[in-house]
Amino acid sequence: MKKTLILSTALVGLAFSAQADVTVMSWGGAYGAAQSEGHLKPFTAATGIATVMVDSDNPATPIKAMVEANNVTIDVASLEYADAIRLCDEGVLEPIDASILPPGADGTPAAEDFLAGAVTECGVSTDIWATVFAYDTTKFPDGGPVTAADFFDTTKFPGKRGLKKGAKAVLEFALMADGVAPADVYATLGTPEGVDRAFAKLDSIKADIVWWEAGAQPPQLLADGEVVMSMAYNGRIFAAQVAEGKPFQIVWDGQIYENEMYAIPKGAPNMEEAKQFIAYATSTEGLRQQAQWISYGPARKSALIDPLVFNDGKTEMAAHLPTAPENMKNALESSWEFWVDRDAELNERFNAWLAAG
Amino acid sequence: MADSALLTTADGRPLAQALAEAQGRARRRAFWLVVPLLLFVLVSFILPIGQMLHRSVHHDGFSANAPAVSAWFAANPPGTQPDEAAFAALAQDLRAMQANRTAGEAGTRVNYVLPESRSLFTKTARSAKDMTPPFKAALLAADPKWDDPRVWAAMRSSSSAYTADFYMVALDFERGPDGSLERVPENRQIYVYLFVKTFVLSGLITLICLLIGFPVAHLLATLPMARANLLMILVLLPFWTSLLVRTTSWMALLQGEGVINDLLVWIGVIAGDGRLRMINNQTGTIIVMTHILLPFMILPLYSVMRVIPPSYARAARSLGATSWTTFRRVYLPQTLPGIGAGSLLVFILAVGYYITPALVGGADGQLISNLIDFHMDKSNWSLAAALSAMLLVGVLILYWLYERLVGIDRLKLG
Repeated sequence: MKKTLILSTALVGLAFSAQADVTVMSWGGAYGAAQSEGHLKPFTAATGIATVMVDSDNPATPIKAMVEANNVTIDVASLEYADAIRLCDEGVLEPIDASILPPGADGTPAAEDFLAGAVTECGVSTDIWATVFAYDTTKFPDGGPVTAADFFDTTKFPGKRGLKKGAKAVLEFALMADGVAPADVYATLGTPEGVDRAFAKLDSIKADIVWWEAGAQPPQLLADGEVVMSMAYNGRIFAAQVAEGKPFQIVWDGQIYENEMYAIPKGAPNMEEAKQFIAYATSTEGLRQQAQWISYGPARKSALIDPLVFNDGKTEMAAHLPTAPENMKNALESSWEFWVDRDAELNERFNAWLAAG
Repeated sequence: MADSALLTTADGRPLAQALAEAQGRARRRAFWLVVPLLLFVLVSFILPIGQMLHRSVHHDGFSANAPAVSAWFAANPPGTQPDEAAFAALAQDLRAMQANRTAGEAGTRVNYVLPESRSLFTKTARSAKDMTPPFKAALLAADPKWDDPRVWAAMRSSSSAYTADFYMVALDFERGPDGSLERVPENRQIYVYLFVKTFVLSGLITLICLLIGFPVAHLLATLPMARANLLMILVLLPFWTSLLVRTTSWMALLQGEGVINDLLVWIGVIAGDGRLRMINNQTGTIIVMTHILLPFMILPLYSVMRVIPPSYARAARSLGATSWTTFRRVYLPQTLPGIGAGSLLVFILAVGYYITPALVGGADGQLISNLIDFHMDKSNWSLAAALSAMLLVGVLILYWLYERLVGIDRLKLG
């Protein structure tokens, strides 16, 4: 039954299952480019195993369809943390034996080298990224917003705001802007009153919100002048700032960070090469290479010992990473446990709230 | 007497029989010509729709992975308090789920009817292998929520693979602690509202298309050939242009810093800070969808109007009718098949439209198809299927109404 329904997905899959040895599915844009440059190309150079990068809006959706259809055409997928855990529980992902992960460049065993939570049963972290908000400095010559609360202050900082169309991260951000301490955010959001409070905060700027769905949109919205500030993924703003010289400024107050994971879908055609690839990409060297292309923090302590420099040869990365101490003052780690449970319910509420106009 | 009157062929067979045989052969041969199309329609249309309908009532994520507790539900009528046997069956299933990594799948199914129950399964399954009797105490120690009657009601409704649960959710209902249907709290009601909105907006777009398209079609049908052809190209050109190109061009035109707003500010109709919001909202959806669907209204209207002899209108005028009466009593009734065809076409296309509202609809310009996409994305395919099935039924009802009121045989699609 399932097979035929997913036939179209599978057929599309066939189209791009070129004769490469490792096919990696990721998110495209600046992030996909960073993985291509930092992981795929050096891996091929080091091992001779060919690699191919495939883009997707969110790799979790197609790989689930592929596994259900028994027609898996990719070997490695780049997944959000909650998805990596959820799909692992559902048997969609291959467990990864942590012993294949090499020790850090300084000799620290992998188990101690990785940050807490960076290695799970089916996934290994490639970086730590954050949902932040950024503004166009030319729109606020007298000083821009500095706190999450400022994002919701349309009297002090008039203009349209870009927000991610979805409950995850948006509700947490609204609560932090409303004065909830990061440690209490999920406890608050777990109660009906907390959810009401988050929506009430969003209500206060509802008429001024422009909603976006893909990570590449917020830099574009800012550049077009459609919004004066926008929620965004920090790496995308960094790319616009440094590579394109846009006058954007990131506000780290109220940032929400999480690990991005490499995982192997069950039944991947090149299982051994895929494991080899993940071991390489998440080695100290692999993580450092990716971090030279985008401002997402490496998940190994050993990767942070030497200073990281962007590929322009002069921009120091340390201050741009979500994990930099000065950026972590009011930061929240996204809770996968909360979202695997409440995703359906809260998105229903979110959609209803959106549609109510 | 009758025998002698019967016509026969040269070899003495009755003519009627010979003719029937010959025609039958021809029909069978002709059928083979149709077979490729028939197979194509079967594989690409009927099978997927059948599967979609099946999926909307079928989900074995829980029943297949929790056979023991499903059997307990089958053996005990609704309302039975879960006893030790039930908890033992549950513990046994949870152990099997942990071994087969299916706790997530089973939990997801229950989570569809009762939020916050997915992690109940994944967490408890992790500790299930060390559980010893009595299982009720062991499970309650793992998580007190196992005592919640809502959890048991949700498991019961998930315990059969065939279920109406997804239609329940699609109609904004949920299951109460006693298993009865309750409306979901007002701030979570969305599907019925969006269905109504989709049909109302589609009706509005159809009406606007008709009002704009009717004069254009009339002009096309009555202008001299050379100029009519030019006008026709203007109608067809956007029709042939990619949908995405047209939608993004509208974004450039309508946005806050876009061409139309700039123009209005420049000629002083609106102030620089009073720019009109014409995109990322319902207005955007209506404007862009009207433009995209307009040719589907104009072409059927044109094909009907072209064959209406102008002499009828002239006759009416010469008999003393005013131009309004002529239009209303003579011209308009003759265009009805075109109006019907165009409206039906535009309405049905509008009801299922997805990409345009997604791109220009913002928050309040979303239609039900956008939610179907949302659930496909979130891997809740059964709910997406249930919503699609309801949309399909809605369209079929309208089609039936049209058949009763106008008659499908009067439909002219150009």
